[in-house]
Amino acid sequence: MSVNGRSMTLSRASFAILTKELRAEFRSFELLISTLVFVLIVVFLFSFAFDPTIGESRRFGPGLLWISILFAASLMLQPSFSRERTNDTLGALRLAPIDPFAILAGKLLANFCFLLLVELVLLPAFSVLYDVPLASVAAQVTVVMLLGSLGIATVGTIFSAIASQARMRELLLPLLMLPALAPILIASTEATAGLLSDPPELQLNWIVFLLAFDVIFLTATWLFGGYLLEE
Amino acid sequence: MSTSEVRGIPGLGASVLASALLMGAAGYAALYVAPTERSMGDIQRIFYFHMPSAIIAFIAFFITFIANIMYLVNRSPKSDWLGVSSAEVGVAFTTVVLVTGPIWGKPVWGVWWVWDARLTTTFILWVLYVSYLLLRGLLDDPERKAVVSAVYGVFAFLDVPLVYMANRWFRTQHPAPVLLGGQNSGLAPQMKWVLLFCFIALTGVMLILLRVRYRLEELRHEVAEMKIMADSGKR
Repeated sequence: MSVNGRSMTLSRASFAILTKELRAEFRSFELLISTLVFVLIVVFLFSFAFDPTIGESRRFGPGLLWISILFAASLMLQPSFSRERTNDTLGALRLAPIDPFAILAGKLLANFCFLLLVELVLLPAFSVLYDVPLASVAAQVTVVMLLGSLGIATVGTIFSAIASQARMRELLLPLLMLPALAPILIASTEATAGLLSDPPELQLNWIVFLLAFDVIFLTATWLFGGYLLEE
Repeated sequence: MSTSEVRGIPGLGASVLASALLMGAAGYAALYVAPTERSMGDIQRIFYFHMPSAIIAFIAFFITFIANIMYLVNRSPKSDWLGVSSAEVGVAFTTVVLVTGPIWGKPVWGVWWVWDARLTTTFILWVLYVSYLLLRGLLDDPERKAVVSAVYGVFAFLDVPLVYMANRWFRTQHPAPVLLGGQNSGLAPQMKWVLLFCFIALTGVMLILLRVRYRLEELRHEVAEMKIMADSGKR
């Protein structure tokens, strides 16, 4: 087969996995609803950590927002691979004549979608509860959200595949994921803070940083991720 | 039969003795030979162990990174043993860095810890590799353990420069690089020699630790193989 033919198979296979993940989730909405409730609880609890006046909220808001997204992701990405263990469905996926990277890519895209859906509800809620004006800079916020969430989904999916093979996997995933995502937390928080300053400013260096993070770890996933799925 | 032969590392006793003498001399040089730093005073002498430890820790993690990639390519258990041994030695030296740093920081900066780029990166580096060792402990099948931890090791190492860059743009307080750092950096010649000497002494310690740890992993592997042989013999 030509190179073109192989890449077609890869994209089609990834798309098939993506559809399968989305369909499984949209049947029950279990994962999305629990994550959403969790993230709202975290946001609610933050109101006790400091005095949520307008000034304080704008100062701490971006950091709190991204910490809650990170915490939500560390829970939400958990079942991505471990749920396949129950009936060894991952073994069945592995038998399919597709590149193992396609399985990772499909799951990565699905996790990316789930994360964006959670943020779609979280952002307006956060904006209202803490009086943080995100609506006026919606387009720029979307850019930061997309790049930040892609980084979280990439590293999170790989680490979910890693943790699912170990004992104590529920505890292990946040342990592996949270420190490794510190650069995303810093860059996304700073970029969001720039959008809340007066006048709002999209800080390009942080956008480039997020982009670089995403590219580096997507490449690493492509090069090394497949090893995690071999038997 | 001497102890070193029992442990299967030829010349171990002699290298440990040489390393102990070298470390003693390094301690003497740092305390008595190096001149007292003008503004910081005697506390600056901790630098002769702090900075070399940091460099050695980084070298150790780099060896782990190379060993991890090697394992994924050649699947030789030896690469896996090297990876875990070097990571453990690296964690030990990073711990030295994290302990000596605040002891120096308190009198000089007035605080034990600041959230500066290099400090934060060192801390995250330590957490990442402690997690690497923890992960290995939680994986049961030896081959899965080697593959999975190798992939994690590659991701952890790639993360380090990003952590550093993010923190550097974010905030920084650590003294600017003393060596090769620009016009006002640089050490008195005598300080430089003491630093180099301490670096060599600590590198000796690192190599011995690495060698012993590697041998331990090798022996564990042998024991596991013997157990399998004994089990199949019974049947």
